[in-house]
Amino acid sequence: MSFFAVENLGVRFGGVVAVDGVSFSVNQGEVYTIIGPNGAGKTTIFNLIGLIYPPTSGRIVFEGQEVRGAPHDVAERGIARTFQNIELFEHATVLQNLLIGRHRHRQTNLLDELLFLPKVKRAEIAQREAVEKVIDLLDLQHYRDSLVAGLPYGVRKVVELGRALATDPKLILLDEPSSGLNPEETDDMAFWIEDIQKGLGITVLMVEHDMNLVSRVSTRVLALNEGKVIAEGTPADVQAHPAVVEAYLGGGE
Amino acid sequence: MRFIFKTDYVQDIRLFQHGGQVFWYGVLGVLLLAAPYIVSGYVLSQLHFICIYAIVGFGLMLLVGYTGQISLGHAAFLAVGAYTEALLQSHGVPFVISIISAALLSAAVGIIVGLPALRLKGIYLAIATLAFNVIVEEIVTRWESVTGGNSGKLLKAIEIFGYRFSSGESFYYLCLVLTVLSALALINLLRSPTGRAFVAIRDSEVSASCMGINLARYKTMSFALSAALTGVGGALYAHKVGFISPEQFTLIQSIELVTIVIIGGVGSLHGAVLGAAFIIMLPQGISIAKGWLPDSVPQAGLQSVVFGLILVVFIIFEPYGLYGRWLKIRTYFDVFPFYRRGTFRRQRNYLRSERLR
Amino acid sequence: MFSQLLQLFLAGVAQGCVYALVALGFVLIYKATETVNFAQGDVMMLGAFFGLTASTILGWPYWATILFAVIVMAAVGMLIERIVIRPVLGYPTFTVVMITIGVGYILRGVVTMVPAWGTETHTLRTPFGDSVLRVGGAVISADQVATIVLTAALCLVLYLFFRYARLGVAMQATSQNQLAAYYMGIPVQRVNMLIWGLAAAVAAFGGILLAPSAFVHSNMGFIGLKAFPAAVVGGFGSVPGAVVGGLIIGLVEAFAGFYLPEGFKDIAPYVVVLVVLLFMPSGIFGETIRKKV
Repeated sequence: MSFFAVENLGVRFGGVVAVDGVSFSVNQGEVYTIIGPNGAGKTTIFNLIGLIYPPTSGRIVFEGQEVRGAPHDVAERGIARTFQNIELFEHATVLQNLLIGRHRHRQTNLLDELLFLPKVKRAEIAQREAVEKVIDLLDLQHYRDSLVAGLPYGVRKVVELGRALATDPKLILLDEPSSGLNPEETDDMAFWIEDIQKGLGITVLMVEHDMNLVSRVSTRVLALNEGKVIAEGTPADVQAHPAVVEAYLGGGE
Repeated sequence: MRFIFKTDYVQDIRLFQHGGQVFWYGVLGVLLLAAPYIVSGYVLSQLHFICIYAIVGFGLMLLVGYTGQISLGHAAFLAVGAYTEALLQSHGVPFVISIISAALLSAAVGIIVGLPALRLKGIYLAIATLAFNVIVEEIVTRWESVTGGNSGKLLKAIEIFGYRFSSGESFYYLCLVLTVLSALALINLLRSPTGRAFVAIRDSEVSASCMGINLARYKTMSFALSAALTGVGGALYAHKVGFISPEQFTLIQSIELVTIVIIGGVGSLHGAVLGAAFIIMLPQGISIAKGWLPDSVPQAGLQSVVFGLILVVFIIFEPYGLYGRWLKIRTYFDVFPFYRRGTFRRQRNYLRSERLR
Repeated sequence: MFSQLLQLFLAGVAQGCVYALVALGFVLIYKATETVNFAQGDVMMLGAFFGLTASTILGWPYWATILFAVIVMAAVGMLIERIVIRPVLGYPTFTVVMITIGVGYILRGVVTMVPAWGTETHTLRTPFGDSVLRVGGAVISADQVATIVLTAALCLVLYLFFRYARLGVAMQATSQNQLAAYYMGIPVQRVNMLIWGLAAAVAAFGGILLAPSAFVHSNMGFIGLKAFPAAVVGGFGSVPGAVVGGLIIGLVEAFAGFYLPEGFKDIAPYVVVLVVLLFMPSGIFGETIRKKV
């Protein structure tokens, strides 16, 4: 029984088949990367896993149980994700964004909070401590009280990652973590992904375009094209695979 | 320039950030407590209204400013609260119970409104709440056995454990206490997970949901809380005016309530109070201005024009409202001479897909 | 029995035409700028007043009145866009809605302040007078017939305009992505201004058609509120939807007024809109838009 598996997943939007019979499984503790040209359906798979829209076929299994319901159920199971185009809470501070990530660990109910009983205060301090660990890991101290709306792109990407980490997940879905980052920031991102995997013991499922990053951190790679799986294996194997080469570079005449 | 040096997590959680705040709020508190002895009976009467509308403003601010929903029908909740109070009092139910019932019944109606609102956003939600208001107004008018229809209902003064709140001063203190309690409850909510969940829903529903926030539950909760507060305001309003009838709870009133939120400044509780004060004092202001205008200018439509102008002007020039203007002024002095005009610039979203939240 | 039904049907269609015209105005503006103009009813009211002025005060013939009102209101619509709407381009929907509500208040207030208009109710004379037609046992006034015919004519004109004119395509572009439209050389601001002018002109046309039955007064615009259910039922953002929606609402009102107890007639459109929003929010012709993450 695998840690996380996707079986025969498929979705169509109107006449367009975005994902077609994709199956793969992820082992606990590995970094599993999905690559493929634009439009291959990678982010769509993430959206399907996150139950943002329902699949037309197939199912998703996590720790032996099927994943179904609404997106918040996915988060409750311990699966977190980042978004390709950054979906942070723009009018809140970085700290508040990270604290919202702790939502699934809340222990107080509405009445407690309206009265702000001592247990609410204790819970708040506990959440703050948990969030500060993430801030320390990602070096966000400087930005704690800044409104997200005014931050530079690179920092927002890091906050996006931090928010996902704040949920204390078992599996984290990273959607193009290095897109838009300069080489130095990409380097930092690579270190963090390694930290997440080895230091925090979180399994990473990643979509990525930057092949250097992919080779550096991935345990296994899955290649997609036009919604279908075309190759799976170690980074080196997949990158050398003829079907993958053709998908990216086109066939010879 | 004030610099707050933080050494403890509790400092971020506390109600007051620093000693200066404690001082100024203390001064405000003393002034409010002494108000009946300082100001005239007329001003005190206006303060009643300001408190009542502040409570309703808190409710609407929670829904619109903090959870990002729209309601063009909040006068309906006001009606539910007012009529519940009137009905229960006429059957001899003690005030403490009747006002809690008003709040609970409004909350129940709020849940009913909130359920369809789960799938509606933006203009659709606005139209749905508008339709809801019209329908409630019609129900109140037709259900004569309960509401007295167009003949309305009368209320007597509030009585708690035998003490009658029939004087201006006693009613004022009652309203003040309820306003402060409402404000505290909301502040507590906003510094805890539920409040953060609301803000998350406002800013990005998709990612809020992916962070574990059950959209259905929290949106409904927001509607219910907002309606409950508005219901409390409605009950107090009913006692204040002494006589309620359907035409006090129309779309016009709903728009007035939303204007409180806009003028005060979306997203701040101070804004609700400032907005309420502004709306209450506006008719006085217009009357005074009418005195300056030459007699040849027709007076009939003046109130309408001024109201519309204020709405338009505020939205174009002061999108952050009165509280926003106050913040800008304070920030100017706080960081003098380093204030930049772009500090509070508002983000514009040109892409349709960006405007979809 | 049949004649009764026919009577109600025709009355409903005639009233529905007016709703359709106001809803058309909404939808035109919404399609182009994604703004919902809550002042559309009041624009209609102002148009009726200008028509009234031309007709009773200046004594012009009916056709000239219509032309006068339409042209003047087109200018007013463009002015509103230029002064009030353009500064808030890109602001969230709710904000722009509130600004249009403010404009509505201003229009109502100004109309009340004009000495010749004031708060009284005026009648607008039409060349059809009180003549009626009899169709299959049902009685329909010449005014109602004129409303239906003129509305249909206007819809045809608009259809041809959107199909064959560059402005129509430009409109669609600006509604999808204003920034990209700018890059493509579309004078977005001018297109928006023209759309507001067009929508105001259509509303003015509707106001004059409505005047015989509803009379001309400063609160006439509240009838325009019922155009919202019309636009929603037809599908916000669809021009044929606005027309169909308007007719449906008109029919619902006519039949509700006759068959249901008192009071239901006024809330019938709102009940319909709630039902539609619950089960079919995109209306008959509308489209669902989902945010892409």
